[in-house]
Amino acid sequence: MDYAIVCRNLYKRYQEGNRIVDALNGLDLVVKAGECFGLLGPNGAGKTTTVEILEGLLPPTSGEVEILGCRWGTGQDQQLRERIGITLQETRFPERLKVWEILELFRSFYTHGMTTEQAIATVALEEKADAWVRDLSGGQRQRLAVATALIGEPELLFLDEPTTGLDPQARRRLWDVIRDLRERGRTVLITTHYMDEAEKLCDRVAVVDHGKVIAEGSPNQLISQLGGEHIIEFSLESNGANGIQPHDFLALPPVIRAAKEADGFLLTVAQPHVAIPAVLELVDRCNGKLNSLTTRHANLEDVFVSLTGRFLRDE
Amino acid sequence: MNSLKPILQLVICNLKTFLREPEAVFWTYGFPLLMVLGLGIAFSSSTGQPIRFDAIEGEAAKRIVSALQDDPGFQVIVNSEEVAFTRLSKNKTPVVVGPSDNGGYEYHFDASNPEARAAQAAIDDALQRAAGRKDAFPSKEVIVETPGSRYVDFLVPGLIGMNLMGGGMWGIGYVLVDMRLKKLLKRLLATPLRRFDFLLSVVGTRLVFFIPEVFFLLISAYLIFDVPIRGSLMAITAMCFLGSLAFAGLGLLSASRAQRIETISGIMNVVMLPMWLFSGIFFSSERFPDFLQPMIQALPLTQLNNGLRAIILEGHSLFSQALPISILLAWSAVTFVLALRWFRWG
Repeated sequence: MDYAIVCRNLYKRYQEGNRIVDALNGLDLVVKAGECFGLLGPNGAGKTTTVEILEGLLPPTSGEVEILGCRWGTGQDQQLRERIGITLQETRFPERLKVWEILELFRSFYTHGMTTEQAIATVALEEKADAWVRDLSGGQRQRLAVATALIGEPELLFLDEPTTGLDPQARRRLWDVIRDLRERGRTVLITTHYMDEAEKLCDRVAVVDHGKVIAEGSPNQLISQLGGEHIIEFSLESNGANGIQPHDFLALPPVIRAAKEADGFLLTVAQPHVAIPAVLELVDRCNGKLNSLTTRHANLEDVFVSLTGRFLRDE
Repeated sequence: MNSLKPILQLVICNLKTFLREPEAVFWTYGFPLLMVLGLGIAFSSSTGQPIRFDAIEGEAAKRIVSALQDDPGFQVIVNSEEVAFTRLSKNKTPVVVGPSDNGGYEYHFDASNPEARAAQAAIDDALQRAAGRKDAFPSKEVIVETPGSRYVDFLVPGLIGMNLMGGGMWGIGYVLVDMRLKKLLKRLLATPLRRFDFLLSVVGTRLVFFIPEVFFLLISAYLIFDVPIRGSLMAITAMCFLGSLAFAGLGLLSASRAQRIETISGIMNVVMLPMWLFSGIFFSSERFPDFLQPMIQALPLTQLNNGLRAIILEGHSLFSQALPISILLAWSAVTFVLALRWFRWG
């Protein structure tokens, strides 16, 4: 098995004013060649620090990094940069250059790669090839950024939060681009704090929190690790039944995990047809009155909640 | 290694960005030209204008008016004492003339103002002569109008120097910090582009840009004011090249660590202020006291202006300008080395 990325025991400590920030606390990561790997976590979890270290833009405080079998700073940086492509979380290209001009510029940095036309076609920007960056929408700019990452035909691609701030349609278009890359055998490392994005795009994901990987596996593996793949969310009317706590529900046999949400409860269960009557009975016994109740399949967000006790979307 | 292609591409992109920004084109070409026009016109028409001054109304004023009424060199404005002194204090008149106790005249003026001093001497001279004073010997005035020694001639090389300074500092300092802010520097760092090649392209762009800037201004001044171009174009280009190199280095150094536009603007103003003041753009730097001269002569703009004036106005060769050349080269070397050491990409 070929590994595109291996990093072990990564630590990064910043000095911010007179405060010391530990962005990474012993992060380990292995990405296989040819897979689309998602780095998942809330803002501030250390995702960007991790990718910038992997990209050789930031030195780690300690730890080992191997990219495509090479290490940064051993005299091979130039060659290594030929083989990887990146997008930063935010790059503002010169407003008064045209799409094809920017791609031609980036193409000139690489000894081999695709033509600007191919790059433009890959990200479906043909209509805007002759437009100034100034006149591109957020999604188009992001696709241009991906095109600059692709132009050298890299073996390994880093995409840092490529869809943040985009509208749903623009996100889906970018997903198509990324899926297409994966199908063509490129290794992709993508960071995101959108769980649905990771579920849809990634072969494997690592959940990062406080500078550490707290879970790793395919989205399905992680979800099945919850023990139950169904989620019941419900809320109670505020008068009465105030005494009910999440752990009361844990006593019910089909409930595997219980947590309090902002305006209700969230239960992870294996068998909803057994769990729901039991839950209703308990609420009734405590004189509670149901306000709403929904069930759905568990997702990566629930994995994060079960691992940290916090909600990703609240951060 | 084929590093020429990326450098060329970067320079082309810089050129396109510049030409697509009308404001930048105006500040580079239009503004300096307006400055030459404005200052050239203001100072070239000052000869031949009559001296206008105030006389306090009364007997003395009548005598002054009748003595000078046929002299085109003077224009007497008769005012009450109060009005005349108000005008003097507001700098609306250079001199107020009133009667003195012994039957002569009293001149009131600000002795620190050279224009007022000259006016007082001329008025006194004319009044004495009108009253019958005889000159000890005949004298003759020869007004200098030869191209090359007028104020506008002095001004144009200074403005070219100032422009090269501004262009180097803003064109490199501001642009780099802007790129750093937009994370473009970091993005470029993540490509195989070599850092040194990138910095070379930034400086290279400047060294391409200065040629039209200089010659646009020089040729305009030549056509409009007949400012002479006595030195060779090669020597002028070479001197401007050295100046641009030194200011590119200063711009690079100023921008090497700044993270915000406010910071770089402040740094550049601090760097340029002493040169605006002391380097002889609008008046000769030799007017400053001796103890300041070593500092003034060490400034790159002083040397660039001296070199340009010697070549453009006096027709000296490039090789006669050893001092400007060596000081400009020294500035370039020191600033480039420090900038390369300190430069921050992220």
